[in-house]
Amino acid sequence: MDIMVKLKELVESNTVVIFMKGTPQFPQCGFSGRTVQALQQCGEEFAYVNIFDEPEVHQNLPAFSDWPTFPQVFVDGELVGGCDITLELFQSGELQTLITEAVAKKAA
Amino acid sequence: MKIQNRLQHKLTDHFQPAFMEIVNESHQHNVPEGSESHFKIVIATTAFNSLTAVKRHRLIYKLLASELQGSIHALALHTYTPEEWATQHTPPPDSPPCMGGGH
Repeated sequence: MDIMVKLKELVESNTVVIFMKGTPQFPQCGFSGRTVQALQQCGEEFAYVNIFDEPEVHQNLPAFSDWPTFPQVFVDGELVGGCDITLELFQSGELQTLITEAVAKKAA
Repeated sequence: MKIQNRLQHKLTDHFQPAFMEIVNESHQHNVPEGSESHFKIVIATTAFNSLTAVKRHRLIYKLLASELQGSIHALALHTYTPEEWATQHTPPPDSPPCMGGGH
């Protein structure tokens, strides 16, 4: 399958997904670690992709999302941002709202 | 030219910021002394008026594309309009320590 199609499917079939360095248990980058913690604290399930395990994703996601760095968080198929934006949204409570609403919409 | 100076020039020319601070955070990471690999940029400019955070960051990433392709490993961005900067009271958060992962 074309990688761009695969990426589109990945972000659309998972309500919340983070592309990160390492895993939620063993993040390999401070920015990825902080971002995944914020997601965990929102209390909903989320998917993750360890980009070190998926070289094709690592290489092509920046072009797909028009975003050059990792981590990247997607909610409901849309790029929310990297570490800085995700944490700002978390601190203001907007991340929780965004995720809760997306999960509810998916379940409806 | 040092990378930090290049960032300073490019961002100033392009955004004419009302406020800007560029911090070299490389010493927090497992890199040789004097490295210019990890930066934090705090910037307030009217160019961000009515733009979402994602769009603000993309503008900076595009401007600094060649530096990001090169030696910069991490770029923490905290973007504001001048009004947001004047009214926000919490300082931008510290960047996290490195955990050893590569590019």
